[in-house]
Amino acid sequence: MATTMAKALNDGLRAAMAADDKVLILGEEVGQLGGVFRITEGLQKEFGPQRVFDTPLAESGIVGTAIGMAMRGYRPVCEIQFDGFVYPAFDQITTQLAKLTYRHEGSLQLPVVIRIPYGGHIGAVEHHQESPEAYFAHTAGLTLVSPATAHDAYWMIQDAIKNPDPVIFFEPKSRYWQKGEVDTSNPSADMNKALVVRPGTDVTLIGHGAIVSMLMQVAEIAEGEGTSVEVVDLRSISPIDWDTLVNSARSTGRAVVTQEAPGNVSVGSEIAATLAERTFYTLEAPVIRVSGFDTPFPPAQLESSYLPSVDRILDAIDRAMAY
Amino acid sequence: MPLSPDALQLLQPDGTLATGDHLEPYHAVIQGLGEDQLELMYRTMVITRALDLEAGTLQRQGQMALWVPSVGQEACQVGSGMATRRQDAVFPAYREHSVARLHGVSMLQIVRMMRGLTHGGWDPKDHDNFRLYTLVIGSHTLHATGYAMGIGLDGKAGTGNVEEDEATIVYFGDGATSQGDTHEAMVYAQSYQAPIVFFLQNNHWAISTPVRVQSRTPLYQRAAGYGIPSVQIDGNDVLISYAITQQMMNQARSGAGPQFIEALTYRIGAHTTSDDPTKYRDDEELRFWQERDPIGRFRVYLGDKGFSEEFFDQVDEQARDEVSDFRSGVLALGKPDSSQIFQHVYSAANKNLDEEAAWLAEFEDSFVPEGGH
Repeated sequence: MATTMAKALNDGLRAAMAADDKVLILGEEVGQLGGVFRITEGLQKEFGPQRVFDTPLAESGIVGTAIGMAMRGYRPVCEIQFDGFVYPAFDQITTQLAKLTYRHEGSLQLPVVIRIPYGGHIGAVEHHQESPEAYFAHTAGLTLVSPATAHDAYWMIQDAIKNPDPVIFFEPKSRYWQKGEVDTSNPSADMNKALVVRPGTDVTLIGHGAIVSMLMQVAEIAEGEGTSVEVVDLRSISPIDWDTLVNSARSTGRAVVTQEAPGNVSVGSEIAATLAERTFYTLEAPVIRVSGFDTPFPPAQLESSYLPSVDRILDAIDRAMAY
Repeated sequence: MPLSPDALQLLQPDGTLATGDHLEPYHAVIQGLGEDQLELMYRTMVITRALDLEAGTLQRQGQMALWVPSVGQEACQVGSGMATRRQDAVFPAYREHSVARLHGVSMLQIVRMMRGLTHGGWDPKDHDNFRLYTLVIGSHTLHATGYAMGIGLDGKAGTGNVEEDEATIVYFGDGATSQGDTHEAMVYAQSYQAPIVFFLQNNHWAISTPVRVQSRTPLYQRAAGYGIPSVQIDGNDVLISYAITQQMMNQARSGAGPQFIEALTYRIGAHTTSDDPTKYRDDEELRFWQERDPIGRFRVYLGDKGFSEEFFDQVDEQARDEVSDFRSGVLALGKPDSSQIFQHVYSAANKNLDEEAAWLAEFEDSFVPEGGH
C-alpha cells in the first residue's frame, strides 16, 4: 500500500513500541501534538504519557536524560525538532553518548536513537533546512542512517531502535509527504548496507536521504541521452558500506557523489577520497562531488540555486563522461 | 571566604557538637550511628587522604599524567557516601575518591584512568551502581537525572517502602553550577519529580576561578528558583553531611522529588597536579580552612566518645600498609595492547574498524626484529 514516509515512520515507531515496552519517545511537542511534523501522532494516546512524553525546551537535556534512562535499561527515542536545533545537544552526543560504551570498556550499552528531520527543499527559515550529518559522522561510536523511501523508513527506524548502540536517524523531511510502497511483511536490507537501487554501467551516482529520488530522476534523463547510470542509496552514513560503493565504482569506472550538505570536509569528501584510494586503477575519471555550497544555508528564496539539482547532477555526469 | 552562617553544622572545628532546636533531628540521626559506622567514617577519611597524597607523589615521580586530589573534602564525601542505600545509584564527578572507596572502587582502579590505561576503570555493576567519573563538567548531572526519571518510570520511588525505594545522588562542584547541563538537569528533575539529590561540593575554586565569579548568590539559594528544596551545610562536618544526605535521599525516594545540598568545603590541594594554587590563592584563606579540617575534629569527637588510642594507631598503620601496596600496585601496572584502541567503540563488529585494527597490528609487527618481541 502506498504510504507517506511520515506515516511509515509513525507505523515503524508504533511497531517498535508494541514490540518492546522499554522503548520510550521523548522530545519537544511529541506528546499531544505528535511533533511538529506529526511523526509521533497518536502514540501518546496509544501508549500513555509515561512512554511518550514532552520535554522542556532543552536539547542537551533531551539527550542527556535519555542517556540516563538508557543506563536504567530503557530504549529512548529522542526527537530533535529540526536539524539546526541539534547543536545544544552536540556535547552530550559527542562527548557522552558516543563514548560511554568505550569508557565503560564494553560493560555499558546505550540503545538511544536520536531522530533528526534534516535537509532543504521546504522553503523554511534559518536553522530549519540544514544537513549536519558530517559533524556526527566524524565522531566514533555513533551510527548514522538515513532512509530514502517510505519502505526503508518503516523498517530502518525499527532497526535503529533495536540497535544496541546509539543511532542518529536522519529523516529527509522534504520526503515526509511523498508516498511510497511499504511492505510490512518484507524487511528492508540491514540498515548498515548501501543499496544499488538502479543498476547501470557508465557512471555511479551516490547519495543519501532526499537526494536519492533526484538521482533516480537524473538516471532516467541520462538514460534517454544514452548514458547508463547506476544509483547507490548510501542509507548508512556512518559506518559507510564501502564494499557496495567500491564494487559499483569499479564496475562503472566513474562516480559522482551527491549531498545537500556543504562539500567542505563532508561525507561526500570521505567517499570521494576513499573511492580514489580503493578504485584508482579502474577509475576512468576523478570522483566528482555535487554538494551544497560552502556557505550557510541561504534564505529560502535562494535554496533552489544552493541545493544540488537535476541539472547540476547531469552536468557532473557530463564532466565525468568527458574523461 | 568564611563559613556562611546559613550552613548547618553539627561537629564544630573543636570537635564538640553544636546544639540548638533546629539541630535536634540531626542529633537523633547521629545518635543512631553504631560504633562500626563511626569507625568506617574515620577509617575511610584517613586512608583515602593517605592514598590521595601518595597518588600526588607518584604523579610527581612521573607515574601518571595527572592526579586529581580530594584532600580537604573527605567529610562531605564520606558522610554523604554512607547515607545512601545499596539500591541507590551514585553519579560522581571526578574527585569523589572517598565515595568510590565506600563502594569498593580502589585508588588503584582510579589510577588506571589517570595513568592512561583506560577512560573508565571499573564496572558500575560491580560497585553498587557507583558510576564512572565524568570529566566534562556537569554532563553527568543529566545522566543522573535521566536515571532517576527511569526510577520513576519503573515505579521504584514513592511506594512508601524506604527499604526498597530507590533514589539517585549526583556530585558536582561549584564550577559545574554555571554549566547549562546542570541547570537543565534541575529543570528536568523538577519537571518529572525525579528522585534525585543534587550534592554540590562547593570547594570555592574551579581551578583558579573563585566561586564568586560563578555566582553572587549563595548557590543553595538557586535551587529555590527551580522549586527544589535545598540546604547548605558545613561540608567539613562528616556528621551533618551524613544526617542531611540521609534525610534528603529518603525524601527523594519517598516521592518528594529532587533535593539539593550545598556542602561548603575547601580544596586544600591543587585542582590537579597541573595546577599551581599559589598563583591565585592567599595563605590566610588556606589557613582558615586547614583549621577547619574534617579529620582532626572528627578524631577529637571520637576520642571524647571513648575511642581508644589503639584504634587510631591501627587506622594509621592500615593507611601505611595500603599506601605501600598502592605504590607497588601502581608501579606494576602494565601497558595496554594497541588492539584495545579499537575495542568497544561499537558493540557489534565493525568492518571498517576491524580493517584499521588489522592494518595497525601488521604495521607494528613489521617493526619487531626477527626472532620475536
